[in-house]
Amino acid sequence: MSVMEGASVERAVSPWGLRLRRFRRHRMGMASLVILAVLVLFCLAAIPLQMTGMDPDATDLFARFDPPGPGHLLGMDEAGRDVLLRLMVGGQISLLVGLLATLIGGAVGIVIGILAGYFGGRLDTALMRFTDGMIALPLLPLLIVLGALDLTKLGFSQDFARSGAAGFWRIVVIISIVDWTSIARLVRAATLQIRERDYVRAARAAGAGAAYVMGAHILPNIATPIIVAFTLTVGRVILFESVLSFLGFGIVPPTPSWGNMLNNAQELVTTAPLLAVYPGLLIFVTVIAVNFLGDGLQAAFDPRSEK
Amino acid sequence: MSELLGLDDVSVHFAVRGQTVRAVQHVSLAIAEGETLALVGESGSGKSTLGYTVAGLQAPTEGALRFEGAVLTKATWKQARAKIQIVFQDPFGALDPRMPVSAIIAEPLRIQRIGTDATRRARAAELVERVGLPRDALNRYPHEFSGGQRQRIAIARALSPQPRLIVADEPLSALDVSIQSQILNLMKEVQEQERLSYLFISHDLAVVNHLVDRVAVLYLGRLVEIGPREALFARPSHPYTQALLDAVPRIGRHRARHARIIKGEMPSPLNPPSGCVFHTRCPKAQDVCMQVVPQLEPAGAVGHSAACHFKEGT
Repeated sequence: MSVMEGASVERAVSPWGLRLRRFRRHRMGMASLVILAVLVLFCLAAIPLQMTGMDPDATDLFARFDPPGPGHLLGMDEAGRDVLLRLMVGGQISLLVGLLATLIGGAVGIVIGILAGYFGGRLDTALMRFTDGMIALPLLPLLIVLGALDLTKLGFSQDFARSGAAGFWRIVVIISIVDWTSIARLVRAATLQIRERDYVRAARAAGAGAAYVMGAHILPNIATPIIVAFTLTVGRVILFESVLSFLGFGIVPPTPSWGNMLNNAQELVTTAPLLAVYPGLLIFVTVIAVNFLGDGLQAAFDPRSEK
Repeated sequence: MSELLGLDDVSVHFAVRGQTVRAVQHVSLAIAEGETLALVGESGSGKSTLGYTVAGLQAPTEGALRFEGAVLTKATWKQARAKIQIVFQDPFGALDPRMPVSAIIAEPLRIQRIGTDATRRARAAELVERVGLPRDALNRYPHEFSGGQRQRIAIARALSPQPRLIVADEPLSALDVSIQSQILNLMKEVQEQERLSYLFISHDLAVVNHLVDRVAVLYLGRLVEIGPREALFARPSHPYTQALLDAVPRIGRHRARHARIIKGEMPSPLNPPSGCVFHTRCPKAQDVCMQVVPQLEPAGAVGHSAACHFKEGT
């Protein structure tokens, strides 16, 4: 097992310690973690650059489609804006939207699914009919309504409603609202299987309450499908954000995101293909890295992976 | 010996699609300190349900449970949970596959908030050796162990909060015969060391004969006979018990010509027969059996009683 074996008597390690140990042994997972960290640092590097006076939205029409040069390492886009800087700033938004929307929507889905599955009965019926209702809502009209919602009427200040932050949160909330349903169904089905196991009975016989059973037994045992669903969602959300921007809500140009940069570049793909390649490549790398990170997490939660 | 656990006229009913399943009906019995009581009966007799009720997994519909002299209420329930543990039949489903063995064994302590993380781990390490597993089992997972080893882990888990009573729900029937005796010996050993009581649920009378002090026979949710093992095995009083004992195969002996065989299926607990629940299959049944529910009455030896209008040995 461990390198220490034989040197000293085996001591009990906590479940989280063992999970960390297994994750660290998963090479692709660790590599993905490094890649994602590099991507985050790359995006955050925009902050010091902006402080030196560089502006991702500043246009220079004489410099349209300039090739890469010393001042602008990846050249200029169709409006004469620095591509590299826009990728950095857009990455902050895309990564944050992808992460937050997945986590918030996923958390809602997990809570609803596990409550419905564990308690069953009327609560289950009520929650699942609600979920079915959400699934049945037509997506586009819903998005348009949510996108057009006047935030000042909801009690937010004028300043906030006009700021870029409002657009950002709006898109996170929109995606979370439409994206939790599949996870809720998945979690409910998996919970139904686990709650009848004898180890759950043993815990209850020892005096465990619902919260303990869910945290200690149900969540770890349904972690695998949840992680798979999460990793697939991150990539989808990043692209979904670009669809929403295209429709005019959320992250509205000129504020860049990888999604809307990719979208804009589509029209120019014959004249300036690289403008599509850069954001596309970054989205691709992110999605792949998140998927392998998910593999690593699965391995961490699954004791059978130790071989 | 003083009473550890008492059941007072306990009934357990389930509602299934608008109908009532009477899984356990009016059962009263007691388990003394350090005693092993076997609960035997065929499947559907309600023995597992009764075991779950004792283990706190199923609330009785009627009646009360006494533990250490006090009636169990909602307030005392949680404390009693540490002192009544359970071991299940299937050693593969009984252990969380995602928990290391040390966490599994220490789980009742964690749930009861007994000790710290460190003391709980120390207790797990102590118990792992106590039940005859290698110490390096602590950081391993259930899938790395055989059925017998898993049952040892389940026993270690049950022992961790220093219980007074362990409900063992057919703990041997999923194991190979060669492993059964090892687990049986382990259970005997820890019983002597800890002065434990067992409620041993089984349908295997040969196993029962090796371990238990007293036997309770359940049929269709009713206690039909209870008594000391020797007396009950030597002179079964209830016709159902007699048939049950005659059905045990013995090597080198043909089935006796007079063997009492019961025919047919157990009636549905949705709609149990009137009077004596056994009258539909009983060779001795008379009119009175269809009308009057027989009460448990002394039958011969001290502490031996049976619920039958025509019991033997009075």
